Amino acid sequence: MNNPTEKKISITADYRTGGREMLNHSVMLDITKCRGCTNCIKHCPTEAIRVREGHAQIENARCIDCGECIRVCQYKAKKAIYDRFEDFESFRYKIALPAPALYGQFEEVGELDVILSALVECGFDEVFEVSRAAEIVSEYTRKYLEKAGSGRPVISSACPVIIRLIGIRYPLLLDRLLPVLAPIEVAARIARNEALAKHPELTDEDIAVLFLSPCPAKVSYVKNPLGTKKSAVNGALSIGDFYFKLLSKMKHITEPRVQARSGIIGISWAGTGGEASALFNDKYLAADGIENVIKVLDEIDNGNIRSLDFVELNACNGGCVGGVLNIENPYIAKARLQTLRRYLPVSLNRLEDGKLDGYEWDISPDFEYAAKLSEDRHEAMRKMKRIVEITNELPGIDCGSCGAPTCRALAEDIVNGKAKKEDCVLVIKELLAAFYHSRKAEDEKTGSEKTGSEKNENEAFMRAAAGNPSEAPDAHEPEAADAHDSEEAGPEAKAPDAGAQNAG
Amino acid sequence: MADFVRLEYKIDGENFTSAGEASVMVKRNLRQMGFDPEVIRKVSVAMYEGEINMVIHAKGGVATVDVYDDRIVIVLADEGPGIPDIELAMQAGYSTAPDNIRSLGFGAGMGLPNMKKYTDEMKIESVVGVGTTITMVVYV
Repeated sequence: MNNPTEKKISITADYRTGGREMLNHSVMLDITKCRGCTNCIKHCPTEAIRVREGHAQIENARCIDCGECIRVCQYKAKKAIYDRFEDFESFRYKIALPAPALYGQFEEVGELDVILSALVECGFDEVFEVSRAAEIVSEYTRKYLEKAGSGRPVISSACPVIIRLIGIRYPLLLDRLLPVLAPIEVAARIARNEALAKHPELTDEDIAVLFLSPCPAKVSYVKNPLGTKKSAVNGALSIGDFYFKLLSKMKHITEPRVQARSGIIGISWAGTGGEASALFNDKYLAADGIENVIKVLDEIDNGNIRSLDFVELNACNGGCVGGVLNIENPYIAKARLQTLRRYLPVSLNRLEDGKLDGYEWDISPDFEYAAKLSEDRHEAMRKMKRIVEITNELPGIDCGSCGAPTCRALAEDIVNGKAKKEDCVLVIKELLAAFYHSRKAEDEKTGSEKTGSEKNENEAFMRAAAGNPSEAPDAHEPEAADAHDSEEAGPEAKAPDAGAQNAG
Repeated sequence: MADFVRLEYKIDGENFTSAGEASVMVKRNLRQMGFDPEVIRKVSVAMYEGEINMVIHAKGGVATVDVYDDRIVIVLADEGPGIPDIELAMQAGYSTAPDNIRSLGFGAGMGLPNMKKYTDEMKIESVVGVGTTITMVVYV
């Protein structure tokens, strides 16, 4: 992963997280592979990407590490960065936290125990299933919903992309988020405490808790946790990266050494609907895929979904099984999980003494609204006025050729001094056409009498537009503008219409 | 500051599925200008209700939102059937929405009352057979 050609874009982050630290993103761009197409800018849910200077640039302040750009980049120029098991060799005690999505990656696995045992074979000292913590979070949520007074619907906070998306696009909905630590964090805390109790010779610093992650968002969660200042997880490995290592060990396991302790509820968290259905309350909605999620959040933001108690949102299609670090097709993975969970008890993990404390957020996530035009209201209003004017002047076809995802986004960039109106290809085309016609009319009017610097200026402009600014103006003067074009390429031009092609 | 920002939206009366979109745009713009969340909430609810009304009753219209630094003025103008009895229409629960709209959860008779509730000033001008113009003001 530490290929020197990979370059992290826009390091000047002002993105604030729960701990108000700098955000270390896990979605990166390989500049050498980027062709500057507009695929990623059109799919980015927070309009965080622009194509400038021939390649994509990711704005840190807006990136929520959802991985959509990784998914849609046909040149594989977008990548997720993640940790390696080898980076943690020096720790005396290593605990694996497998995401339930991991279990759906393998064909013909009869039981979870085989996968968990293979993790131990790979060098982990202990395995703690995140699905166990998910069952605890489910119980917490059931109790939380019973408490009167909380705004409805409550929104799930398990997917870090959703929290950041809400923080950036729907700040009014931040207080609807379920204020409980994500299963990954709950799992890490319990696993750490259990290891310390079991091995008194260990200190906290001896233990590395490593998450097997289905997505880049959880990788950046570990570095920039939500709801707590510091995560109890040390690193996040990629499921896809670890897959083959795990597979080779699984083949040789006949007697599993580790016994799985998750129920149907915990395993079901891997797919959309798993978290919501565990609430035993039919007043819920479960949506997945970032575009669908945005539509649902718009509805909630408008106050249209008041009759629901709970909304489960997952950034990836299918839920966590749809994360870009997985190997398997999300729907196949989900089908396998259905088989794996079939004869499991409903739930095997509970809140200790039924108490709610200990799993709540230490701090509330706090975000800067990245699209804010200015801290000063009057300045922001002035900018908005210009944005509205410029947007009306732009063609409104949202083609993306300027490097911004929409005409409105270009207008914002122009007003913020990051782009100019001539970045729009249609604006340039109109300017050129207007110029061409005025010159043609001029030529027809004055005919061959017209001479001097004005004409040379015009020619220079046309050549500049055609990409040949350095060539000296030709003194030769043809009758018609069309013919003129063909001669304008200068004495070096061999083909008679070479200049016309350039100008076109 | 005498200057203001004008946001204009054509409300498409033919397409019920797009009802509410102008409200979303207004909300986004106000947010970018850094208005208080409560102000944004009030404007967007009032705007949303009015937008839905225009789609249900008037086959669309034009929404104009003028943003001043101390107030936001929303003008919703349509060329619909007009409101014969404004006092009656303002009563909570009174609705003339058709059944197919009610089945979508609209038409509870709370549109106009909500618009009044969420704004600081509201004025309804309506002529039967000509159209309705509603002006609402939310102070910042």
